[in-house]
Amino acid sequence: MIEYQNILTRVQVKAPAYPGVPLPSGPWRREGPPFFVYWLGKIGDTQVGPFYIGTTGLASLICGFIAIEIIGLNMWASVNWDIVQFVRQLPWLALEPPSPKHGLHIPPLNEGGWWLMAGFFLTASILLWWVRMYRRARALGMGTHTAWAFAAAIWLYLVLGFFRPIAMGSWSEAVPFGIFPHLDWTNNFSINYGNLFYNPFHMLSIAFLYGATLLFAMHAGTVLSVARFGGDRELEQITDRGTASERAALFWRWTMGFNATMESIHRWAWWFAVLCPLTGGIGILLTGTVVDNWYLWALKHGVAPPYPMVFPEVIDPATLGGVAK
Amino acid sequence: MRTNLGALLAPLAALLAALLLTGCWERPPVTSVQNGYRGLAMGSLYNPRTLEAGMPAHAVPAALPPAEPNAPLGTTTYKNIQVLKDLSLTEHIRLMTAFTLWVAPKKEGCAYCHDLADFSLDTKYTKVVARRMLQLTRDLNTNWKSHVASSGTPGAGVTCFTCHRGQPVPPAIWFTDPGPKTVKGPAGNRNGQNLPAAAVGLTAMAWDPFTTFLTGKPETIRVISDTALPAGSTRTIMQTEATYSLMFHLSSALGVNCTYCHNSRSFASWEGPPQRARAWYGIQMVRQLNTAWLEPLKPVLPASRLGPTGDAPKANCATCHQGAFKPLYGVPQLGDYPELAGPKAIPVTAAAAPEAKGKKPGARS
Repeated sequence: MIEYQNILTRVQVKAPAYPGVPLPSGPWRREGPPFFVYWLGKIGDTQVGPFYIGTTGLASLICGFIAIEIIGLNMWASVNWDIVQFVRQLPWLALEPPSPKHGLHIPPLNEGGWWLMAGFFLTASILLWWVRMYRRARALGMGTHTAWAFAAAIWLYLVLGFFRPIAMGSWSEAVPFGIFPHLDWTNNFSINYGNLFYNPFHMLSIAFLYGATLLFAMHAGTVLSVARFGGDRELEQITDRGTASERAALFWRWTMGFNATMESIHRWAWWFAVLCPLTGGIGILLTGTVVDNWYLWALKHGVAPPYPMVFPEVIDPATLGGVAK
Repeated sequence: MRTNLGALLAPLAALLAALLLTGCWERPPVTSVQNGYRGLAMGSLYNPRTLEAGMPAHAVPAALPPAEPNAPLGTTTYKNIQVLKDLSLTEHIRLMTAFTLWVAPKKEGCAYCHDLADFSLDTKYTKVVARRMLQLTRDLNTNWKSHVASSGTPGAGVTCFTCHRGQPVPPAIWFTDPGPKTVKGPAGNRNGQNLPAAAVGLTAMAWDPFTTFLTGKPETIRVISDTALPAGSTRTIMQTEATYSLMFHLSSALGVNCTYCHNSRSFASWEGPPQRARAWYGIQMVRQLNTAWLEPLKPVLPASRLGPTGDAPKANCATCHQGAFKPLYGVPQLGDYPELAGPKAIPVTAAAAPEAKGKKPGARS
């Protein structure tokens, strides 16, 4: 049990290869003989496979492959098919959405047409993967919490690239496909709409984001720390609180007066995680459509407080009509 | 308790390597100077080490000894003087000596601009350019005090050295950048961005904000809506990106961060440092500098001095500032060379009187 006192996994979980519970009848089986990887045992289970591909899984992979190909080949073309430059500049490269002049029309291929196509296939891939996730959970007799959590992330993705651009009447409002360029987009989006930090839904989203990581750390820390008492057998302790669960509960009651239970802590974590993209998506959807400048909006509604003036009054020189240079 | 030291050190080493690899990690110390109300992130960030290392590049050469007073006007001896008519012979020689120190290559001296057989000839293009530059300098110091002398410090303004720093071509100039080669055919459109562009701090944003904003038909820089709710504003995220590229240039050209000029809560708000108004005049000034003075030099310049699209070299903020919030860290060098501040009144004589009414330096032609 002393192995559990390390912050890194010391236990190799290795058992005879197990193909999983029998599947309900269907055209797809689990493919490939299972094998074992020692290094995967450092972070999880050593057994790899067998895999279940399935119709939606296959369709999702194909659509995802097409999307990545469109994005990748456009990036490669942008460096004149130079493989060295492709690798070196990869973080900077992007497939850009159509320019504003095209509105919601279908633009020529090289002016955003590829972007629209890549977006279609990526979205199809993601939605098909969601269906697969939902159906695999059902096939195992599980609840569908994971699928709905994934749906929350898909909501934010669709708001950014589909719902909001349509509401704004222009694909150019959407996010480019690229590593740095999509980060630049995020920043420019905030600047364009008068500082997103004053958007209450952005505030909520951040609260849930940081809250989720905090809960994750609290829960993981708690469970690891009572693992020597069998605390890692969480499911059993939901219904039958053993000494591990008792100690974990007592610890939090001592330190903050209140404790979650082995069951409720997972609902806390799930809701915090799910509400992060849900509220974030609402905030993005309202930006530009309902509110144009979040700073001014926040001043108007008393969200942003006025601060003492410390600078001499500065007059916008553009309003002086070119009197003085 | 057994502790696997290697297992603990590995993530730390990985973190360190990641920090170094990102390249955007600057070795401390960084000092912060508060310049606004407390708690609002209104501060200027400096790294004293890099600031110190950059200082030699901003050293101002010792001023030449003052010209012998009471000498006759240069026009009494020199021929083909079009701009410096107000200078005495000794002032003229002193200023020309300064030019050779500030601009001309060491081994060429006077011959860089002048035909040594007859100094009055305009045979070399460099002489024609130099004359234009003189007019430009006087124009800036006379008509753009709002930017170059807004502090009111005596001697504040620009000289040839502000940009040239001892080199025939100022170290920080720009040309329209057509960008790298992409494939022919319907793919790989970079949209003027998405490469590590030096002009915009190696970001993936628009690589040439100068052609967009600092030339004859500039795009609007302001993109942030001035109403809380939508009221017909049509600016786009892509326009914002271009503006942000320009601001990146300003930031690196002046060695300052955003809040040197801007309100940290709202970039659009004028409730902030007065430097923003100065910068606004600076942008207007550079636009005029490029359209009225530098672009018209294109027919005069040899092809080797033109850019990849055949345009004349142009100025941006870095041309003068070169990384300092004030060029040469505010040393009022112009005070030692008042001839560059603008024409002085010429003693009225029969010969000089009509010329005094001539075209004022800096007049657009």
